[in-house]
Amino acid sequence: MVRYVLKRVLIALLTVFTLATVTFFLSKLLPGDPFMNEKIPTSVQEKQRAYYGLDRPVTEQYLIYMGNLVQGDLGTSIKYVGRSVWDIIREFFPVSAQLGLIALVFAEIVGLLFGILCAQYRNRWPDYVLMVFAILGIALPSMVIGPLIRYLFGVQLRWLPVGGWGKPEQMLMPAFVLGLGTIAGNTRSMRACMLAVITQDYVKTARAKGMSPLRVVMKHELKNSLVPMLANLGPMIAGVLMGSFVVEQIFVIPGLGKHFVNAVSTLDYPLIMGLTIFYGTFLVVMNLLVDILYGWVDPRIRVK
Amino acid sequence: MQIIQRNRLDFTPLSPDELSGEEMVRPETTYFRDVWRNLKKRKTAIASLVILALLVFMVLFGPMMNSYNYYSNDYSAANQGPSGEHWFGTDTLGRDLWTRVWVGGRVSLLIAILATIIPYAIGMLIGGVSGYFGGKIDMLIMRIIDVLMGIPSLIYDILLIMVLGSGSISTLVLAFTITGWLGSARTTRGLVLQLKEREFVMASTTLGASPMRIILRHLLPNTLGIIVVGMTMTIPSVIFAEAFLSFIGLGITPPNPSWGQLIKEASEVFKQYPYRFIIPCIFVGLTMLCFNLLGDGLRDALDPRLRS
Amino acid sequence: MTEHILDVRDLAVSFFTYAGEVQAVRGITWHLDRHETVALVGESGCGKSVTIQTVMGLLQSPPGRVTGGSIHFEGLDMLKLTPRELRSIQGNRMSMIFQDPLSYLNPTMRVGEQIAESYRLHHRVNRREAQAKVREMMELISFPEPERNMRAFPHQLSGGMRQRIMVAMALICSPGILFADEPTTALDVTIQAQIIELMNELKEKLDTSIVLITHDLGVVANMAERIYVMYAGKIVERGSAADIFYRPRHPYTWGLLQSVPRLDARQDRVFRYIPGTPPDLLNPPAGCPFAARCPYACRACAAYMPEETDFENAHACRCWLYHEGAEELRKKAEADWKEQGKEVGSHGEEGAS
Repeated sequence: MVRYVLKRVLIALLTVFTLATVTFFLSKLLPGDPFMNEKIPTSVQEKQRAYYGLDRPVTEQYLIYMGNLVQGDLGTSIKYVGRSVWDIIREFFPVSAQLGLIALVFAEIVGLLFGILCAQYRNRWPDYVLMVFAILGIALPSMVIGPLIRYLFGVQLRWLPVGGWGKPEQMLMPAFVLGLGTIAGNTRSMRACMLAVITQDYVKTARAKGMSPLRVVMKHELKNSLVPMLANLGPMIAGVLMGSFVVEQIFVIPGLGKHFVNAVSTLDYPLIMGLTIFYGTFLVVMNLLVDILYGWVDPRIRVK
Repeated sequence: MQIIQRNRLDFTPLSPDELSGEEMVRPETTYFRDVWRNLKKRKTAIASLVILALLVFMVLFGPMMNSYNYYSNDYSAANQGPSGEHWFGTDTLGRDLWTRVWVGGRVSLLIAILATIIPYAIGMLIGGVSGYFGGKIDMLIMRIIDVLMGIPSLIYDILLIMVLGSGSISTLVLAFTITGWLGSARTTRGLVLQLKEREFVMASTTLGASPMRIILRHLLPNTLGIIVVGMTMTIPSVIFAEAFLSFIGLGITPPNPSWGQLIKEASEVFKQYPYRFIIPCIFVGLTMLCFNLLGDGLRDALDPRLRS
Repeated sequence: MTEHILDVRDLAVSFFTYAGEVQAVRGITWHLDRHETVALVGESGCGKSVTIQTVMGLLQSPPGRVTGGSIHFEGLDMLKLTPRELRSIQGNRMSMIFQDPLSYLNPTMRVGEQIAESYRLHHRVNRREAQAKVREMMELISFPEPERNMRAFPHQLSGGMRQRIMVAMALICSPGILFADEPTTALDVTIQAQIIELMNELKEKLDTSIVLITHDLGVVANMAERIYVMYAGKIVERGSAADIFYRPRHPYTWGLLQSVPRLDARQDRVFRYIPGTPPDLLNPPAGCPFAARCPYACRACAAYMPEETDFENAHACRCWLYHEGAEELRKKAEADWKEQGKEVGSHGEEGAS
C-alpha cells in the first residue's frame, strides 16, 4: 500500500511539474506579454517586467517562475488591478466549490441508485425509462439545458430565482443543471459495472449459499461494482468543474468559473495562466485522492 | 413417437459420406457479418444510423435548398420568426438561420470527425508500438501517458487555442489532437498486449515480418472493433467541447457559424426569440444522442458476452 | 433398499438463445444414495454442469428452462418449491464446490467472512458464534494458521488453499449432498490428491453424499462408487466404478478410458483420443449422438436413439451393439477392446466378459 501511494504521489508531482512547465512555455508563445497594457504607464510596465524577471533570458525566467510557484505566487491579474490570482481564488473559489460539491454529491447518489435499478430490472421498463433519461442527460449539455430550465422555472413559472448565489433556492437549479451530466454518466456506468459483476462466478457462489437476491446485491455485487465506479470519480469531478464555467455564466453566480470565462474574453493572460495551474493542480490532487481511495477499497491493487 | 421396428434395423456400417451428413451445423459467418447482423437487430442503433445519415445529407445539401447564404446581413429582415421565406427565421443581423444551421452543422461535424480520427490514429500508432515492443519503450510511453493523463484536457484546450489563435477549424482540431490521443493510446496498448500472444501474430513473426508490418497489418486491424466503438463515443464529446468553447468565447469566429456558436448567440436573446436557441439545440442533442446510441449498439454487437 | 437421497427422473433442460433451443440435457435419470459418491463423467458441454445447477435450483432463467422430468431431494419436489423454500435448502442441505476457486470467491471480501456467510444465513447466530464455527471448520480441514488466514483476501492464498476454503465454505452447514463441479481441474496434480483426500475424509466425518462432476477419470477412480457417463445431454452408460473401469460397454466409454494417460502403459503405446467433436445440441441428431464419432457406427445408429441394455449389477448402456442383430459387429468391437487392453496392460485383467 505504501509503495502504491508513493508511486501515485510521484506521478501526481510529475504531472503538476509538467503542467506548470507547459503553461509557462505556452505563455511565452502568447502574443505580447502580460504587462503590455495601455492602462499602465510604460515605466510601471518596465518595473513589473523586472519584478517578474521578464527582461532576463527564458531559462532564467523559467526558474524564477517555478520558484514563485513553489512559494504559492500565481501572478497578478491585469484587469483587477493590483489583485493577485490567489486573492481572486480565495474570494471566488468557495462559491464554485460549494456549488460543485452540492451538484456532485446529489448526482453521485442519484446516479448510482439509478444504475443499480437499471441493472436489477435490466431490459424491463424501469431500465428503459431510466436509460432514456440517462441518454438525454448525456445528449443535452449544460449550455442547452441551463437556459431552458432557467427560462421555464425562473422566467415563465417564477418558482425559482433566475440567478444569484447564497440562498438555498438559488442553488437548486444550477446544482441540478451541473449535476445532470454526472447523473446520466453514473447511471450508465453503474449499470454496466453491475451487469459485469452479475455475471461473475462469485455471484453464483453467493447464490449457491442460498442468499436472497437482495442480499446478494447488497453484500456481494454492490461493493464490487462500486470499485470500478471510483475510477470514474476523477473525470466526474473534472466534468463538474468545467460545467461550472457554463453554469455560473448562465445563472449569474459569482464563482471562479465565471471569472475564468471573463478572463478569457478580456484576454487577462496572467489570470488565465494562474487559474489554469490552479485548476490543473486541484484536479491532480483530487485524482490522487481518488487513486488512494481506490487502492484502499480494492485489496488486489494494494499488494501490487 | 417413433416406433422402432427392431427386426428391420439395418446394421450395415456407416460410410464416411453418411457420417459427414450428420456434421452439418450452423451456417458459417465472418466476424464483420456477424457484427452487422447483430447490429441490424438493434433498432435504436439502426434508427440512429439513419438519422445521422440524414443529418449529414442536410448538412451537405441543406444550404443549397434556398437562395440565402450564411454571412450576408439584411437589416430589413432582422429578427424574423420562421416563415415560408426564412424557414428557421433570421438572426439579429437578418441572416438566414436555415442556411446558418446547416453550414454550422457542417463545421461542427467536420471538427468532431477530424478531432476524433486524427487523435485516434496517432494514439493507435503510439499504443501499438508501446504494446508490441514492451520493455523500456513501453515503460517510458506509459509513464508519459500517466503523467499527461492527469492534466485536464479542456483547460489545456483553452490555453492552446489562445496560443494558436482562436477561430478556425484547424486550430480547434489541432488543440483537440494534442490533448486527445492519450486515451486511445492506452486502449490500443491494452488490446495489443492481449493480441500479440495469439497464434497468427506468432506465425507472422516466425515468417520474418518486420515489427511495423506486424503492428500495421496484424495487430491494429484486430483492435478496430473496439476502437470504432470508442471513436463513436468520442464524437459527441468533441461536439460538446466545441459548443463549450464557443460558449466561453473561444469557438469559431463570427460570421462563420457552428452549432456551438449559434447556441451561444441565441442564448443571449433566449427570452425574446426562444426558437433561435431551440433549433440548433435540437440538432446538437440529436447528433450526440444518435452517436451515443450507435456506439452502444456497436459495443453490444461486438461483445459476445451480451449476445443472447 | 433405502430411499434415494436424490432422485432425478427424465430431466430435460434447454437454453432458449437467439439461434434457437439448445437442448443441453435430454431426459436423464439418475440417483444418489446416502453416504455415496457418484460421478457424472463426460467431455465439456455434455450437460453435466447444467444438470447439477438445475438440481440445486441455480439454473439461470432465462435463457435456461427445465422442459421435463422431476427432481426429488429427500422426498421434496425441487421443481415445485417456492424461491424462499429453495433458498433454505441451497447452501444448507445441499451445497456446491466450483472449478476455479479464484473466480468463485469474492475478491473484496475476507475468506473467513465468506466461509461464515452461509452458516450465519441458515443458523440464527451472531458474528462471534459464526467465527467460532469458521475456526472449527478451518481446523477440521487442517488449514495452516487459521487465525491469520481467516483475515486474508482470496488473492493472497495459493490455489490449493483457496480450494480448501471453498470446501470449508460448502461444508460448514453439514449438507446432505455436496456437488463438486470439476473440483480439481484448476489445481496442480499434487494439490489435486490432497483435495480429493480431504473431500473423502470430510464425507465420512460430516455424513455427506457427494456428486462429482469431472472429465478426469483419475479423480473418479479415487472417489466415486458409481459412475454415469454422459454424452450430448444423455446418459450413455451407467454402473459401478468397477464395471465402468473394468467392463465398459459403450464405445464412448472405451474412448474415454483410452484417452487417460497412464504411467504403467507400455512405452510404445500410442496416446489415443476420440476423433471429432460432440454434436451441436441446437439440432441434436435423431439417432445415437455418438454415431458420427463412433468407429462401429451403423445405419441404425444414425437413424434411431438406442434404448438401454441392462447387464448384471445395475450396469446399463445405450448402444445398438448390444442388439441381437448387431452380433457380428459387437464381436469385432469386443475383440478390438481386448486387443487394446493387452496393449495398455491392465484394464482387461479382470476379464472383459
